[in-house]
Amino acid sequence: MLVREGVYGLLAEFDTPGAMVHATEAARDAGYRRMECYTPYPVEEAASALDVHRNRVPLLTLMGGILGLTTAFTMQTWVSVIAYPLNIAGRPLFSWPAFIIPAYEWTILFAGLSAAFGMLALNGLPQPYHPLFNAPNFRLGATDNKFFLCLEAIDPQFDANETRAFLEQFHAVSVVEVEL
Amino acid sequence: MATKPLPPHHDPAVDPMIDPVTGEFAVIAPGHTFKSVTEKISRVVLTSHTPLGWFFGLIVASGIATLFVIAVTWLVLKGVGVWGVTIPGAWGFAIINFVWWIGIGHAGTLISAILLLFKQGWRNSINRFAEAMTIFAVVCAGMFPVLHVGRPWLGYWLLPLPNTMNVWPQFRSPLAWDVFAVSTYATISVVFWYIGMVPDFGTLRDKAQLPLAKYVYGLLSLGWRGSTRHWMRYETASLLLAGLSTPLVLSVHTVISFDFAVAALPGWHTTIFPPYFVAGAIYSGFAMVLTLAIPIRKFYHMEDLVTVRHLDNMAKVMLGTGLIVAYGYGMEVFMAWYSASHWEWFMMWNRMFGPMGWGYWLLILFNIAIPLLTLWWRKLRTNVAYLFLLSIVVNIGMWFERFVIVVTSLYRDFLPSSWGTYKATRWDYLLFIGTMGLFTSLFLLFVRFAPMIPMNEIKMMLPATKIHGIDAEETVEETA
Repeated sequence: MLVREGVYGLLAEFDTPGAMVHATEAARDAGYRRMECYTPYPVEEAASALDVHRNRVPLLTLMGGILGLTTAFTMQTWVSVIAYPLNIAGRPLFSWPAFIIPAYEWTILFAGLSAAFGMLALNGLPQPYHPLFNAPNFRLGATDNKFFLCLEAIDPQFDANETRAFLEQFHAVSVVEVEL
Repeated sequence: MATKPLPPHHDPAVDPMIDPVTGEFAVIAPGHTFKSVTEKISRVVLTSHTPLGWFFGLIVASGIATLFVIAVTWLVLKGVGVWGVTIPGAWGFAIINFVWWIGIGHAGTLISAILLLFKQGWRNSINRFAEAMTIFAVVCAGMFPVLHVGRPWLGYWLLPLPNTMNVWPQFRSPLAWDVFAVSTYATISVVFWYIGMVPDFGTLRDKAQLPLAKYVYGLLSLGWRGSTRHWMRYETASLLLAGLSTPLVLSVHTVISFDFAVAALPGWHTTIFPPYFVAGAIYSGFAMVLTLAIPIRKFYHMEDLVTVRHLDNMAKVMLGTGLIVAYGYGMEVFMAWYSASHWEWFMMWNRMFGPMGWGYWLLILFNIAIPLLTLWWRKLRTNVAYLFLLSIVVNIGMWFERFVIVVTSLYRDFLPSSWGTYKATRWDYLLFIGTMGLFTSLFLLFVRFAPMIPMNEIKMMLPATKIHGIDAEETVEETA
């Protein structure tokens, strides 16, 4: 277990998504768990290789939707029945069919904002600093045409020399050490 | 090649834009790599040589937008009396333009949300600027009701905000529903648009040379680094936003049609309005997407990413929604007769042959006769110049549709003693033309400073994304 102080992990760069996914699967089979792929577009095979299947964005969205629905409906009821009762052409104060429409809109509003901001929050964004940006080649390709696999030093399997040798067998363009 | 039709005996080997497998037009031209997509799209934003044509366009558009500022200033100084709105024609241009603009926005949401749910991969090339179009159209649309309230600085009274007067909105009115529908629509559209751009801002951050550009795009990218776990949540959120935007976009024009349909006025009080308004909105919106896409793909040489396939598909959507609109027109006439209501039948007769009957026939000509008779031919659907002209014709036609609905119902209501007429003033025209300048200026700024085509989504469509040697069965099992 050779781990130098101040190292985030080892970053392997690949030219094709296939090579990266192959290396990721091999790393998982070899027992690595603390690892992540970085790609210019979503690569579903990488998610499978990392065993990432579920996330909590749908749950947050559902909660947001329920909150929006109840907020809008109770707000309208309170305004129309208690705070400011008005006789509009003899309709009942609690005209719930009319309240459905703003409640419908706010269901969507709250759910949509929860989906968007919930996704950012679960992703820990905005995050201007990340150790990966220290890697010299990361910003040259991660958002353009390169595919990266990072095995993190925090993994109990990680060993500066062995992990490097492990990654190099997959025809990586380069394997670099990422500083914290 | 853009204007070339596809004969049945066409040889795919000759024309690279034809997909050899399907015989259809390719969605994106062959030969693109991840790198070339990044380069091509980010160059427009990051170049230090802004094309002169862009400056020329911006000067013209912002010059026209100045008219908007003048018209609003005069309106605020003098009051809504400077407009042609009066009794009985109390809605006039303000509502016509509002409905027209917001309808235009609907195609953007349709492309970004509904076509995403239907897995229409071709939408990836056009969704970003269609969404931008939506937002700028909603900006223009929102101006009109706020200005129409007479004292726009009190426009916040429309919102349910606690206030010292203890006055609250009246939620049994469709006008209050409108506030909720349009504000939700604007918010969700902006959020969807921005979230969609975050990974592309990351690309721009990494490609930028200028320190200021690095800094600004760095902020906008929120530190996006393309992590797979992030991407998966991102994809889930995009899909959910699409799923939420779909009922939203259908509800927005439905609620707007309630402004009319809930009233007891002949010609407005009809149940066909919601579907017919939504179809009309998408019809005009696709026309506007074509009006914008055709010059832009030419100007920025994006013909390989926004291909004839896109134009052809959009023309087909226009044909489909146009037929729904035509059905709506037909049903309006039929119901006016079938209802056996004296007032309804008079309204329809007056709409066709009354003093403003020319407006009705103009809309039939522009919305029904010209497009729906010609769009059946592939030759015309793939003729770029024809489509551009047609898109403008439909935009004008759809404006006249709203004009006819608003004006001809209002100025001849139940009592002949309350009949009047409607005549727009120069301030009405100035304001309307001004919003077009505002719209165009915002759009030009968008194509210059933001990635107009989503790079990550185009990359997903490239052949290089195919991964070989992965155990297919295993993947199937996992997804099942």
